[in-house]
Amino acid sequence: MTWERLRKIIDDVKEKFGEDLVREVYVEGKIAKIVVKKEFIVEVARYLRDTHGFDHVKGVTGVDLSRLREGGGPYIEVLYHLGSLEDQELNDVILNISVLLDIENPTVSSLYSIWPSVEFHEREVYDMLGVIFNGHPKLERILLPEYWMDIPPLRKEYKVPGRE
Amino acid sequence: MVLEEKKKIEVYDTGGPRLTFSYGPQHPGTGHFRMIVTVSGDTIVDLEPDPGFVHRGEEKMAEYKTWITNIPHLERPAILDAAGMVIPYCLTVEKLMDVEIPGRAKYLRTIVAELDRIASHLYWFSLYGVFLGHTTMFLWCVNDREFILDLSQLITGQRFTHAYYVPGGVRNDAPKQVPKELVKEFKYYYSRMIGREPSQEELSEDFSKYVLAVTHFMELRLDHYYEMFFNSEIFLERVRNIGVLKREDAIRLGVPGTTLRASGVKYDTRVNDPYDAYPFLKFEIPVRNEGDCYARAMVGYQEIRESLKIIRQAIEQMPEGPFKLKQHPVVIKVPKGEALGRAEAARGEIIYYIVSDGTDKPYRLRMITPSFRLLPALKHLTIGARIADIPPIYWSLNYWPVEADR
Repeated sequence: MTWERLRKIIDDVKEKFGEDLVREVYVEGKIAKIVVKKEFIVEVARYLRDTHGFDHVKGVTGVDLSRLREGGGPYIEVLYHLGSLEDQELNDVILNISVLLDIENPTVSSLYSIWPSVEFHEREVYDMLGVIFNGHPKLERILLPEYWMDIPPLRKEYKVPGRE
Repeated sequence: MVLEEKKKIEVYDTGGPRLTFSYGPQHPGTGHFRMIVTVSGDTIVDLEPDPGFVHRGEEKMAEYKTWITNIPHLERPAILDAAGMVIPYCLTVEKLMDVEIPGRAKYLRTIVAELDRIASHLYWFSLYGVFLGHTTMFLWCVNDREFILDLSQLITGQRFTHAYYVPGGVRNDAPKQVPKELVKEFKYYYSRMIGREPSQEELSEDFSKYVLAVTHFMELRLDHYYEMFFNSEIFLERVRNIGVLKREDAIRLGVPGTTLRASGVKYDTRVNDPYDAYPFLKFEIPVRNEGDCYARAMVGYQEIRESLKIIRQAIEQMPEGPFKLKQHPVVIKVPKGEALGRAEAARGEIIYYIVSDGTDKPYRLRMITPSFRLLPALKHLTIGARIADIPPIYWSLNYWPVEADR
């Protein structure tokens, strides 16, 4: 039932923003993802919050796609895992919105103004993958030590000392 | 700083000189975690959480290990709650592999998950007690926890960090018998703590009967906890109306678990996105509306009762049959794709996002732990409070630094 609701939401977003700005990955039971052009991420996020009732972000994930065998490329994908607590039906599912960023210059607008719950998650993605979130109130290291000078460790080009 | 926080401080700020200092990482009240606190008088005007002292790079490590050898190290963020950490990993891998585990495995997973939840909550209360000046609570909880850990050991082979779950089921079946020495120990401890001998029925060496006896014993002990700790002035004076998290703030900040339910939101992944044997079991989700440190503790306390109920039902309903799909080799290959899975760990909702490129190792494994999601709440609740309120607020959130840092 609720996956049907997700299906409808994705269709609605596609209709509103147009097929060329928004693309979907939808496998029922596994993942529901809207891939957005990075210029529109704030707009799509605001639309999802105001119209469809996604009231918090459960986490932000960064994925370095450069070594993925199929569908990869010189990109960093940033995913926001959205959830709703007020809407009983949407309790049961997580909707992901994601942006693909150029790995040489990964910059995107922060969603802090839409969902304050992203604050520490975005800091972690900055720390681990070097993504710059414009408009974040305090974009500083969070898990790594302040003196970390190497490349961000979750990039695929980073080699763990002694492992390879 | 959020606007409303600014307003709140203006009310409390004495206008005197300000002092900034580090609370932790070696402070006994925080664990391996630092808060950078700014005070005016003894009112906190700014607090910046500084996690990362126990960061181990679990996510990077996962990319170097195979799907099966990932299991033991993924438990390490919260060793007392190993089940909560690994069940969602297995669920996500099973989603990617499109397999359904056997019925008996579902029940065994549920039983061990609930045992871990009880053990984790008891440890939480023991520390909550000792940092509010109530040492008896520490000794009682840690002692009683032994019988829960013994049950985990009987089923899984380990007291904690069992590495019991594998994608496709569990590693081994529950035993039929309980060692004589354990029953003897239980009898001794039962009569010392409850004040009478357990009945003959409860001293059975049959495994299911012994589990029922231990759950019954824990219920009697929970009454003692209430009288001695949860209803005692030492505790109540420190926690009532302290650190009040309003419902709308809880939702806005995206907090999980007991903290969310103590703020009046009825949300539990076991019910909202049911997995394993939870759809077949009857239990309540404890919810309170006050949102203060007391409510958070009481939600955890009620959860132990519900977990005992779940264990009893699961033991009675558990079907016979295989407990895993097939003997797993150390190297399995997971089909290409991405999936998202979640479960309710002791501290709240835990989410895994896994990308597989069809090899024997995850391409990317993302682990979103409940403690990390508590950081905004910690910041929100402590600003405007007094220095003496930091320990009750910190411990009532059940924040665990290792779990947050991964």
